[in-house]
Amino acid sequence: MSRLWHWSRRCSRIFTRPNSSLASQLNSVTDADVLHFSKILSSPSSVLSILPSISTSPEELDIYNNDWMGKYFGKSTTVLKPKTTEEVSQIVKWCNDKRIGIVPQGGNTGLVGGSVPLRDEVILSLSNMTQVRSFDPISGILVTDAGCILQSLTDYVAPHNHIMPLDLGAKGSCQIGGNVSTNAGGLRLLRYGSLHGSVLGLEVVLPDGSILDQLTTLRKDNTGYDLKQLFIGAEGTLGIITGVSILTPPAPQASNNVILALPRFENVLPLYKTVKRQLSEILSAFEFIDRTAYDLAVKHGQGRALSEEEVEGAECFVLVETSGGRREHDEEKLNDLLESLLEAEEPLINTGVLAQNPAQFSSLWALREGVTEAVSKEGKAYKYDISVPLSTFKECVDLTRERLRSKGLLNGDQVKAVIGYGHVGDGNLHLNVIAKAYTPEIQDALEPFVFELVASHRGSVSAEHGIGAMKTHALHYSKDETSIAWMKKIKAIFDPNGIMNPGKVLE
Amino acid sequence: MRPSTTRLLNILVPVKRAVDYAVKIRVNPQQTGVDLNVKHSMNPFDEIAIEEAVRIRERLPKGSEPVTITALTIGPPKSVETLRTALAMGADAAFHVELPETAPAPEPLGVAKAVQAIIEKQQNSVDMVILGKQSIDDDLGQTGQMLAGLLDWGQATYASKVDLDLDQKNAVITREIDGGLEQVCVKFPLIVTTDLRLNEPRYASLPNIMKAKKKPVTKLTPADLGVSFKPQMEVIKVTEPPKRVGGTKVESVDELVEKLKAAGFTAVS
Repeated sequence: MSRLWHWSRRCSRIFTRPNSSLASQLNSVTDADVLHFSKILSSPSSVLSILPSISTSPEELDIYNNDWMGKYFGKSTTVLKPKTTEEVSQIVKWCNDKRIGIVPQGGNTGLVGGSVPLRDEVILSLSNMTQVRSFDPISGILVTDAGCILQSLTDYVAPHNHIMPLDLGAKGSCQIGGNVSTNAGGLRLLRYGSLHGSVLGLEVVLPDGSILDQLTTLRKDNTGYDLKQLFIGAEGTLGIITGVSILTPPAPQASNNVILALPRFENVLPLYKTVKRQLSEILSAFEFIDRTAYDLAVKHGQGRALSEEEVEGAECFVLVETSGGRREHDEEKLNDLLESLLEAEEPLINTGVLAQNPAQFSSLWALREGVTEAVSKEGKAYKYDISVPLSTFKECVDLTRERLRSKGLLNGDQVKAVIGYGHVGDGNLHLNVIAKAYTPEIQDALEPFVFELVASHRGSVSAEHGIGAMKTHALHYSKDETSIAWMKKIKAIFDPNGIMNPGKVLE
Repeated sequence: MRPSTTRLLNILVPVKRAVDYAVKIRVNPQQTGVDLNVKHSMNPFDEIAIEEAVRIRERLPKGSEPVTITALTIGPPKSVETLRTALAMGADAAFHVELPETAPAPEPLGVAKAVQAIIEKQQNSVDMVILGKQSIDDDLGQTGQMLAGLLDWGQATYASKVDLDLDQKNAVITREIDGGLEQVCVKFPLIVTTDLRLNEPRYASLPNIMKAKKKPVTKLTPADLGVSFKPQMEVIKVTEPPKRVGGTKVESVDELVEKLKAAGFTAVS
């Protein structure tokens, strides 16, 4: 018994070796491999390779090798676009036998370099797997291939009066498989929860090529370990999601929104409490933007600005959205809330505006959603997507600003602005530092400062963007040694050869 | 010289509750019209009309003649929401000519006669009527012109700029016409219809929404005004345009030629 224990401990030590050393043992794709892939894949257009037997022009591979921000550049020679789970399985089995690294790729819309190769791994694009397998209009359960684009699924369920439980800026390009793999958050999380709840089943091709069929449509299923949860947010390091079964909620019949101007940040929390209590089930978003972020959004033409008297004396703004089944009911609730906010003896808000029609509804949302775009127009952004306690949102922004000031960097020539915005309802703050250019001085002032700040609040260094290639070194600020060690063990069990998305998530 | 007896500048703005422009409209199964069980809001051109009235007031220097803005709507009970929006944007009072839920949509002539009756009820104190150039649901675009005819007032349609001269009691209006801009000067009282570029309507602020709840809305019936909204037109049938047929992909030129031939296309010699 004790010998066995020793043995397993030795093994686990071997298994928990850093991935990077495993990655260095991986092989490049050869022309023989490409010929074999061509045999596996039914359609000739499913294999793109710059190797001699296919001779695709290298430019054609750029969109697969590079991320959309132009920050990460892979050197893959070969892109495979299988059409069926069986094809995926055969590719993976071959790669496992030949020790070839694989990068699973969906819409390639990530922000942390998780979907592009670090070296010359083969890219397995799911974009040819676009069939909806089934939809039950009564339960709202949708079963679909991983390569379906989020927007097309939204359109698919819309005539049945359902919506997807997630919505995000990249909806026109991102794929459901990628959404699940990265556990994407987005704008509907407050209302419909995370994908850990709404995903009911998954079909996954494991690193040895076997197919894990957990594509069930059961709301309740307490039969042993819930393995599918491991793949939600694993960023393709444990296997390739090829099919998703997901619960879609009924579409709200009415939506409304309002932007409230607050004199002090301290009022955000009591306001959140009041709004939650009074709106209860119709509250669907509670978003926060600080004054600097608001001014930036207005400066860069994101949505129609509020009038000057309305923004006067406001330190921050909150956008509240309601969605419900009956407009009259929702409006009455919202009106009662607004009345009580305005008539309170010590009002939490200065004033606000209520959308009167869908055009204004979009315009108010644009003020919040447009911050991202405004930031990129203003300068080069250091983006921190962090989860911290709500009460520390302002402190995090202020301390970061103070830090840059003390280093003499907070001047128009280096750092232009430090802003905070994000999903109050989810405890997710987007802390952005806008600089004139990316420089080592700013980088050193911010890191590990921000990560340590997050760690001091027991927060998360990546709330919804993931770890990818960008934050592997920062994982330890949010996860202790034991957690990381167990993650590595799990990785080693599923993928002993380290072929799945090497260099991502775990160092 | 300014007139010594200060008299209110009275602006009347008729507004309509219409299917919101962002809604994807669908023909109802009876083919008598579109499905009305969808989001409604104020006709966008009418919103511009209210906004312009409020801006006229805001543009006047402090201490000049006070401006009163009265909104007016004709429609089912729910139309009162549209009036509340107008009041929240800055109108002072409103009239609601209430029609039953099932009543057919009023036509421009009926609406123009009703507006005329309201102006007469106000002892002809109205100086200016600002209307949307058209309503986006029926796109008839006639009410303003008909009203000008009935009242025998001057009119400036499709306005993109409005300048008032209160001393001279006239308005210089810039109109968007084919090939350029036209400026016309019209004496009070007058009719203005709004074009899209006249202004960008404001958000309704919360304090103003609350105040709007306390502003007076006078209910009237068609009988009170002595007008009838009986339609003069009969809708025979409403249908959707034919669905666009999607394309198909072909594998080769030969297949393309074959398909073109099958579809009845022939080569031009």
